[in-house]
Amino acid sequence: MAWFRRTKRPREVSERQRSIVPEGLWVKCQGCREIIYSKELERNVQICPKCGYHFRIDVQARIDLLLDSGSRVELFEGVRPSDPLKFKDTKSYKARLKDYQKRTASLDAVVVVEGTVEEVEVVLAVIDYRFMGGSMGSVVGEKITRAAERALESARSLVVVSASGGARMQEGVLSLMQMAKISAALARLSEARLPYISILTDPTTGGVTASFAMLGDLNIAEPGALIGFAGPRVIQQTIREELPEGFQRSEFLLEHGFLDLVVERTQLKATVARCLRHLS
Amino acid sequence: MSPSEPSFEAPLSELRRRIEELEAYPPGSGRSKEIDRLRSQLTKATADVYKTLNRWQKTQVARHHDRPHVRDYVEALTNNWVELHGDRAFADDPAIVAGFATFRGRTVAIVGHQKGRSTKQRIHRNFGQPRPEGYRKAMRIMKLAEKFGRPVLSFVDTPGAYPGIGAEERGQAEAIARNLIEMAALETPIVVTVTGEGGSGGALAIGVGDRVTMLEYAVYSVISPEGCAAILWKDQSKRREAAEAMRITAPDLLELGIIDAVIPEPTGGAHADPEATFRSVGDVIEKALIELEELTPRELVTARYEKFRVLGVYEEA
Ligand SMILES: [Zn+2]
Repeated sequence: MAWFRRTKRPREVSERQRSIVPEGLWVKCQGCREIIYSKELERNVQICPKCGYHFRIDVQARIDLLLDSGSRVELFEGVRPSDPLKFKDTKSYKARLKDYQKRTASLDAVVVVEGTVEEVEVVLAVIDYRFMGGSMGSVVGEKITRAAERALESARSLVVVSASGGARMQEGVLSLMQMAKISAALARLSEARLPYISILTDPTTGGVTASFAMLGDLNIAEPGALIGFAGPRVIQQTIREELPEGFQRSEFLLEHGFLDLVVERTQLKATVARCLRHLS
Repeated sequence: MSPSEPSFEAPLSELRRRIEELEAYPPGSGRSKEIDRLRSQLTKATADVYKTLNRWQKTQVARHHDRPHVRDYVEALTNNWVELHGDRAFADDPAIVAGFATFRGRTVAIVGHQKGRSTKQRIHRNFGQPRPEGYRKAMRIMKLAEKFGRPVLSFVDTPGAYPGIGAEERGQAEAIARNLIEMAALETPIVVTVTGEGGSGGALAIGVGDRVTMLEYAVYSVISPEGCAAILWKDQSKRREAAEAMRITAPDLLELGIIDAVIPEPTGGAHADPEATFRSVGDVIEKALIELEELTPRELVTARYEKFRVLGVYEEA
């Protein structure tokens, strides 16, 4: 099994380019620049068959990828964002929320489901990068905290899939406090010796990385994912130097000791299931 | 006026300069009368200026070079200070100081961000921006405090975690996250005082506690006003708007239920009368310790969980 298959380093692509969900018959791969038949991508869980580049996938695809079919119950789906600061920049937070809710048909940037991974019972939370860059405000904080509490009460394992630009500025320091709130819930889960697996996907940065994403009993990433605290642009502006090749990518973090595994998407479910069986 | 001085302080500095000039003259010819007049003018002008500070101006007060830093608090409020160094893994980070001291009759562990004042010191302290080893050092000392049954006093004052290559290589995110989960479960009282800038994750990494208070002109935010302006307004000069929108001042955080109390500062800010500031901060910390010393370690951790558990504003169908 090629858990560590070396993929060609993905070329640096802008967030905008990378966020585009492939449409149409043919798609240009951001990794190898080859033209790929989109049906082939679909069959291959959105991994480039030529270079192994992992395209981003949405929440439903992620749930389908990880959970056994027929086992899923969505939890806490009624939790919705409010606008505690009456925040307005060039546009009001309220209006932004409405736009994203319309565009994604979700209330906020996280979905929590109960289900099984190869028959192992889990609570699974998946962050939706399409919703305001997967940013963490009160709703993401509350739902992930509840996911951890639910895992604790029902003696299930917790799996969280991250993809986030970090804390949500529009909720100010309330967003920051979600990091502490979730971490406290994870401390309880840990004390109860229930496994928690953190899956980091492209991109996972800021306050999400600096809280629950790095706190898994196991931290598992997909290949080539951007993972870090400070964004690469901020670092570049601060140090005024070129960043080393592969900096803040999954393989870089694996090399520096912050990930247990880098696992291809096709192997992710089997790997998570095997790990959960080892731990629970 | 030093280059770092906020512009709203310029008229106050001018008055101070004139008073100093007069004081250098020999007595007589109405000198002391004129000094008295200028002094009362200064008091009134200071009060006027500080009464109407907007959120961006308060941020500038929070960042003022003369503002007391953690080592000033240690010196003023404790005896028997022993500073301890290093994370036992990589290095000692001068941006965070940690150690033990005697505070009003009891031994306490102290952790805090240190910014430095002179240019040389500021560079040495990396402007109070910690690297991973700083958070790990702080945690090491907090674990010692837990082991030996000593409370932890944390002083928060940082622009934020340092965005550098080495910091990322050594797991900045992991170091902050580790502190959050460990502090949540630490079985000893933790009293947090935000004395200056509470800069995002770099602040929170030593900011989880049983009591969290802020000085009146301190700020605490998820991102700096400049950073927020650059991202949301695509224009760094909109920092004033960003500071207003994010509601980052101590009274804001009290209203949002995030902090337990605002510690009033002397007229003109903490730097105008450090001694008075030390006394107020010391009194608030002592009161918190007396209350927390009543709780068992388990009760402490449960109460701390509940304290952070309720943070967040959302609706539910
Ligand atoms: Zn490719």
